[in-house]
Amino acid sequence: MKSTKDIAVLLDEPACEHNKKEKSGCAKPKPGASAGGCAFDGAQIALLPIADVAHIVHGPIACAGSSWDNRGTRSSGAELYRIGMTTDLTEQDIIMGRSEKRLFHAIKQAIDSYAPPAVFVYNTCVPALIGDDINAVCKSAQERWGVPVVPIDSAGFYGTKNLGNRIAGDAMVDLVIGTRDPDPLPEASQSGITVHDVNLVGEYNIAGEFWHVLPLLDELGLRVLCTLSGDARFREVQTMHKAEVNMMVCSKAMVNVARKLQKQYGTPWFEGSFYGITDTSMALRDFAKALNDDDLTARTEALIEREETRIRAELEPWKARLKGKRVLLFTGGVKSWSVISALQDLGMVVVATGTKKSTEEDKARIRELMGEDTVMIDDGSPRALLKIVHDYQADILIAGGRNMYTALKAKVPFLDINQEREFGYEGYQGMLELVRQLALTIESPVWQAVRAPAPWKIKEAA
Amino acid sequence: MADILKRSKALSVNPLKASQPIGGSLATLGFDRAIPMLHGSQGCTAFAKVFFVRHFREPIPLQSTAMDQGSSVMGADENVREGIRTIAEKSRPALITILTTGLAETQGADVHRNVREFREAHPEFANIAVVGVNTPDFTGSVETGYAATLTEIIRAVVPAAKDAGTYPGKRKRQVNVLANYTLTPGDLEALRDIFEQFMLRPVFVPDISDSLDGCLTAEDFSPVTIGGTPLSEMATLGDALATVVIGASLTAAGQLLEEKTGVKSYHLDHLYGLKANDALIALLAEISGQTVPERIERQRAQLQDAMLDTHFMLGQLRIAIAADADLLAGFVDLVQEMGAEVVTAVTSCNVPLLSRIPLASIKIGDLEDLELAGKANKAQLVIGNSHAVDTASRLGVPILRAGFPLYDIIGGYQKTWIGYRGTRQTLFDLANLAINFSHEGIPVYRSVYAQKPASELTDHPLPCH
Repeated sequence: MKSTKDIAVLLDEPACEHNKKEKSGCAKPKPGASAGGCAFDGAQIALLPIADVAHIVHGPIACAGSSWDNRGTRSSGAELYRIGMTTDLTEQDIIMGRSEKRLFHAIKQAIDSYAPPAVFVYNTCVPALIGDDINAVCKSAQERWGVPVVPIDSAGFYGTKNLGNRIAGDAMVDLVIGTRDPDPLPEASQSGITVHDVNLVGEYNIAGEFWHVLPLLDELGLRVLCTLSGDARFREVQTMHKAEVNMMVCSKAMVNVARKLQKQYGTPWFEGSFYGITDTSMALRDFAKALNDDDLTARTEALIEREETRIRAELEPWKARLKGKRVLLFTGGVKSWSVISALQDLGMVVVATGTKKSTEEDKARIRELMGEDTVMIDDGSPRALLKIVHDYQADILIAGGRNMYTALKAKVPFLDINQEREFGYEGYQGMLELVRQLALTIESPVWQAVRAPAPWKIKEAA
Repeated sequence: MADILKRSKALSVNPLKASQPIGGSLATLGFDRAIPMLHGSQGCTAFAKVFFVRHFREPIPLQSTAMDQGSSVMGADENVREGIRTIAEKSRPALITILTTGLAETQGADVHRNVREFREAHPEFANIAVVGVNTPDFTGSVETGYAATLTEIIRAVVPAAKDAGTYPGKRKRQVNVLANYTLTPGDLEALRDIFEQFMLRPVFVPDISDSLDGCLTAEDFSPVTIGGTPLSEMATLGDALATVVIGASLTAAGQLLEEKTGVKSYHLDHLYGLKANDALIALLAEISGQTVPERIERQRAQLQDAMLDTHFMLGQLRIAIAADADLLAGFVDLVQEMGAEVVTAVTSCNVPLLSRIPLASIKIGDLEDLELAGKANKAQLVIGNSHAVDTASRLGVPILRAGFPLYDIIGGYQKTWIGYRGTRQTLFDLANLAINFSHEGIPVYRSVYAQKPASELTDHPLPCH
């Protein structure tokens, strides 16, 4: 089990703006009035997309049983991550102290059945409480079976999902990154341009959306050593220390990875997003800037010019349909401003935005984009959201899946923007999917059908 | 009868089991103005919520005592009391259940004491039913958690006959129905219709057909369930003519209700297939004293006709089933009635019912066990939840989706399985799956001497095996 001190160290993240005020990213939840996941949830979300690893959840059934095979993240090959594995601890295991032994054999079973390049073991509340030494079990399993076995000490009660992201990131930096050097460049790629190695941290390839962006990076000669963790493989994570620059994608959750890679290997990092035309172009420019390569800069500008012209032409007919539509955006942190810019690209009006998880810097950026009198929402309760929808006459609520039924039950058009969604919005190409989904719900005839009273009710009223 | 094969692996791969707190939550959600609170870390609740939202496609009221590092080690009594108080103040529910998790039980929580302490400290909330239930996830399954929670709710809110002055038959048309977790909102609606045809008024306990049936209400938001069995109705259970208990998992709940009220209970294992529904209809005829309505006679004859039509596809069909015990028992009877063979049966935990299921063996295990045994036993069709879809696809056979959770189809939560009509539709569904997939055609043979046009050889190449 992690000590209170270990957790305090994790909560103290100098690269996170929340650090300046209070540790609000990890605020204490209130019994009877709390929502959101736990540290285990966060750790699993952060690492599960590493597709060829055997992910073992060490605990009783609820942790894995309710959550396995539950993400929109996609793999281009290996599918092992979709196999749910848990030690499914029983009462006897817990009372008799047999859970460490079960874990040891479970690791062997996973290796024997699936021959993974590595095994990740996620610690959960019950084994943490009874004092299982998962680090020791993983270490001896690794020695015994000759396969890397990585402990992720992520008991749910340690804290929030956000903390779990950091625990996961720490485990990668401490135990996996730097254990292998990258492969030599494939010959086919040597076409006269300098190839630069980069990483993306916090990119999860939801619905395969990163595949809208990856071809552009390939074209520019940016070799992605690893995305942590969308469509990643264990052997890619191992090489992350060799990148020339890291991009933190859209989220501060694993900012500790970028900060530690900078500290240990001197790799610079920047923060960016692939949502919207403006931000996608900015991210590409930021790569060129960080790599300080004139040729790359010139090619990047040419690519941006070409792609922007193309996509703006394709979006034109949609813009007419969406222009002026009013959006209430309720997402966490960085996503707020990155999505705002995507919506503004379409001529839509963002009437209010959630800022509960946003940093002061995020908020400043939102004001810059939306003007000073922007409504910033801190209270994300369903009632508060619906009130703002009505007061500001929003045409659509864009939020995480958790709020989907809040909107639908109130007969308000809705777009899901979180990780469970089934559509990819990244890159220039993703904008086409975004407009299609926006128009699909906003223009749907069902709103009229569900809002209008039954014919006999109209008669009665008359 | 069945040989129970215990778990033999260290690692559970592709788990079938859903946890006891999930079952306890589901039972709670079938009461009106109710909310379950899981006593554990926040994630316990978050995962359960996502589980239900994906299955029912509805907002799900569910809270957490939000145990953190400090309270996990030092004691979380205050979390429970504060959680109850917060919910009571904010949402004014009729029922709060406190469901323990593995974390709380390992720590040694005593939620029953916490509830008593809350009662003493807050007499102003005396009209809110608060029920603590032990539902750790290191034992049991969704089935046992559901049953335990229903039992505790009955214990807490149904008054004993001698205290309340209730007596059996005071309400001449009322029949209590203890409904297990296998009954969907669609099933309960169909069941209500059947009861009403016998001029009986069923009181479902609990009733997810009124709270989780996907109904668009006038209220745009509610922090507690809208609909479900009203708590006030629980006080009338003692006045009913009879109680029908559906599902072997609810045996103890049924016995407790009978002890408290003196209302005679009748136990049915399930309502799948001709025989099981014959038992139900005969029972309702007996309880109501009515003859069986013509409409029901006709539905029975329709089912018999469907059995004739579908036995060609279902006879000898080799089926692999992954389900909790009550559901497994139903499907085994249904498909055996049709002459199909259950070649593999996997369930999530050991309960008394299993030994009564007419199979040679039942494996306590996971979907990997289903896959391996299904392969070895040459299964031609899988019955299981949405997680088993990948299993079936690796086995190369079709799947009938049933159980919890169903997240990759729309409307799975409301499918009607029971009654003569529901059974008939299930047979059609099974037969359609079998028609399209399980038929082994004779491979094409072409004679070397044949005088077919030469172009056929290139335009229609034979599949190579």
